[in-house]
Amino acid sequence: MSWNENKTGASVDAAGDAVLEDALKSFRQSVHAWSDAAYVRPRGEVRVAAHSGWRLATAWALGCVLTAGGVSGAVYERHHRQVLAAQAREAQQQKALQLAEQQRAQVTDADLLATVDSDISRTVPAAMEPLAQLMDESQSQ
Amino acid sequence: MTAETAEEIAAQEFARAQEFSSIVESHRPQIFRFLLASTRDMDLAETLTQECFLKAHRNWAHFRGESSAMTWLMRIAINLQKDHWRNRRLQFWRQTRTNSVDLDEASDWLPSGERSAEQQMLAREQVGHVWKAMSGLSERQRTVFLLRYVEEQELGDIARATGLSEGTVKAHLSRALGKVRAELGGKR
Repeated sequence: MSWNENKTGASVDAAGDAVLEDALKSFRQSVHAWSDAAYVRPRGEVRVAAHSGWRLATAWALGCVLTAGGVSGAVYERHHRQVLAAQAREAQQQKALQLAEQQRAQVTDADLLATVDSDISRTVPAAMEPLAQLMDESQSQ
Repeated sequence: MTAETAEEIAAQEFARAQEFSSIVESHRPQIFRFLLASTRDMDLAETLTQECFLKAHRNWAHFRGESSAMTWLMRIAINLQKDHWRNRRLQFWRQTRTNSVDLDEASDWLPSGERSAEQQMLAREQVGHVWKAMSGLSERQRTVFLLRYVEEQELGDIARATGLSEGTVKAHLSRALGKVRAELGGKR
């Protein structure tokens, strides 16, 4: 077949492009030669089987490694989160304890003062009672 | 069913089987060549060729001869190849299992003929450029290009085999040739 014929309808400018024409012809011959050689070659079933064997093993090994990596990563992440949560809980408890301690201290001071006041008021002797009343009256005036 | 009718049916079936065998005999190398050029993988081309004829055998009874047997077989081969690449894209891990030969190896095949060593070298270089340009073509462009320039099919047959219109076939061919020309021009 002549490549000069514009049989394709595509724009093969064969007259102006001899290189393209040559290249296409060589390409066609090359594919035909390769195909003819490949068509009569002995079939490589054993080679394919052997290859697929180790490829399968590699794929399995890779799969196992990825799975193990994924699982251990997830376990580590979970453990890390647990540790952080425990630390946060401990800090919160510590803070609550400190707050309770402070409140207790404040309550104790107030109670003590009230006790002292009441004790003082009780320690006025009965004989001095009229004088104490006079003092109260003078203060109110 | 009478014995005569049964004999007639058996004879017809036998004739159909004989016809199919002769079609396999005559078209198998061409189908294999197209698939080999498309995939650059000998094992895959063999497998797809076998699948093609298996499918053709199953549907042989429905073949009405509206197109030539070659066009019909080529259509099956193109569809099988399309399915193969579609499945392969989905099964991305199988990329590592490809047996495709590289472009240099594919370019090594040339009939010695009457060429000088220098001409052989030049031809090998050109073939390499065409392979390289082909690897940059879309699936359709590559199919149309191979059917036209390797299988030397007519535009009408290519259109029937690919299920495209002749205009679309021409457009694909034109683009494919443009890329081949550019590849050759760039390296000239």
